[in-house]
Amino acid sequence: MSIAKRPVAGLVTACLILTLILSLAQAVCAQTAAPATDTNARLAKLEQQAADAKSSADNAWMLTSAALVLMMTGPGLALFYGGLVRKKNVLGTMMQSFALMAVITVLWGLFSYSLAFGAGNSFIGGLQNLFLRGVGAAPDADYAATIPAQTFMVYQLMFAIITPGLIAGAFAERMKFSAMLAFMVLWSIIVYDPMAHMVWGKGGLLNASLGGRFPTLDFAGGTVVHVTSGVSALVCALYLGKRVGYPKEPMPPHSVVLSFIGACLLWVGWFGFNAGSALAAGSLATSAFVATHFAAAAAAVGWAGAEWLRNGKPSVLGGISGSVAGLVAITPAAGFVKPMPALAIGLIAGVFCYWMVAKVKARFGYDDSLDAFGVHGAGGTLGALLTGVFAVSAVNPIFKDAQGNTLASGLLEGNAHQLLNQMVGVAIAWVLAIVGTLAILKLVDVTIGLRVSEEEEVQGLDLSQHGEEGYYWEASA
Amino acid sequence: MTKIEAVIQNSKLDAVKTALHEVGVEGMTVIEVRGHGQQKGHTEVYRGREYSVDLIPKTKLEMVLADAMVEKAVQAILGAARTGKIGDGKIFLSRVDEAIRIRNDERGEGAL
Repeated sequence: MSIAKRPVAGLVTACLILTLILSLAQAVCAQTAAPATDTNARLAKLEQQAADAKSSADNAWMLTSAALVLMMTGPGLALFYGGLVRKKNVLGTMMQSFALMAVITVLWGLFSYSLAFGAGNSFIGGLQNLFLRGVGAAPDADYAATIPAQTFMVYQLMFAIITPGLIAGAFAERMKFSAMLAFMVLWSIIVYDPMAHMVWGKGGLLNASLGGRFPTLDFAGGTVVHVTSGVSALVCALYLGKRVGYPKEPMPPHSVVLSFIGACLLWVGWFGFNAGSALAAGSLATSAFVATHFAAAAAAVGWAGAEWLRNGKPSVLGGISGSVAGLVAITPAAGFVKPMPALAIGLIAGVFCYWMVAKVKARFGYDDSLDAFGVHGAGGTLGALLTGVFAVSAVNPIFKDAQGNTLASGLLEGNAHQLLNQMVGVAIAWVLAIVGTLAILKLVDVTIGLRVSEEEEVQGLDLSQHGEEGYYWEASA
Repeated sequence: MTKIEAVIQNSKLDAVKTALHEVGVEGMTVIEVRGHGQQKGHTEVYRGREYSVDLIPKTKLEMVLADAMVEKAVQAILGAARTGKIGDGKIFLSRVDEAIRIRNDERGEGAL
């Protein structure tokens, strides 16, 4: 029995082994066949994953930058300006910044984004992105190929908020809140949106990366943000006239401490403003970050140093004002210049803006209360022109010939023509700001009236415009 | 009864208070004031604009004392508040007709 059983067992074992070998062979065959058919698909998947990873990285930086730029307005600018006014106007001044965070956001969603960044003519965008139609998760390759169009939209919104906020420094302590709102809404539509479109929008007259007629280098808004707001500020100061009592009554800042905190928040927020303008998280963002920081530091040294030589003391207000002036001046240049030229731009801006504020303003006697023109108008113009001098293609190869070869960027690199283009950009910003602001002021003046009454001005904006006081420290039971 | 009003440097308040307590003065009123005498103010410069500040922050002490205490108190203030420089302040003495304790109608020196 046992002999009879063994061959059966052997046969079963042989069958099992054979089956095993056959199935193994099948598996091996299947494995060797697979790469041949899937290689392309897997490669495509890998490329997609790499693109997704880059997109996530860029998007993370851009959302962070957007938040940083919002922080520049509130609380940065609100504190900086709020500390510079008299105690009775601290809330009114802060509210001017805060109101823009709300109102400009509404406009931007409804139509302003479309006017600034929709494809349009040389001067203004079209209406195709009205109500943010078509602005979603898919990137807009003309602007930023690796981040959702919605990220680009909300990032640009933060610039549209802070720009009119800067003007408020010129008419501080004397404008009606209602008139301020009307002015800002109109200014945003008539001056900001066209200027942003001309410099950054598709088909814009001055757009350097999308083939504009006069390619103006403006990395983060030297013309769009600072020249327009600063020059408009001067027009406002001249049109509204001086504050009651200026310049006879002393009107020192009520809290340099608040201004100090505000200026430091502005400095930090400016990394989002300038390095974020790379619209990606790569080495260009690093370069802009470094240039921004160096210019701010050098300008603080420049302003406070000039003051030290002239008055014998370097003031805190001088130091922080200088850093802001340097940040303004480096804004158009941030993504085009190397660190040493950034230091030079900052140093020049610090001394120049100090001279504008301490000397030129006193000489002409206009009441640009918080020096919006002296810092943003003057510093922005200086920075825009110096960008044409110091821009190099090694930092940002923005100009290319038909064959795709990189061309020189600025004057020192051999492109003297660029300085001319910068002048065109600056001139257009000046003219648009002057004409637009004058028209808006006139309109608001005859409809609403620009200034508070003299009685309300003496009482202060906090009580007369908002029915509140900034500091309510009276001891009560 | 005599009222002592002493205007002193802010930084001397603690020293003066301690000296007064040591000679037996039990009550006083302290007020933060601004003013000027011979001491000139200073200038402050904000963004190139000069402001002259001529009202200087000072501390004012007021106390009403029984006449027997007055000279001791004056000596205590002089000793503690003097630095020898312009700006040390002044002491004013004046007669007081009556003192009344609100809690119990007590009048005269007993109310002090």
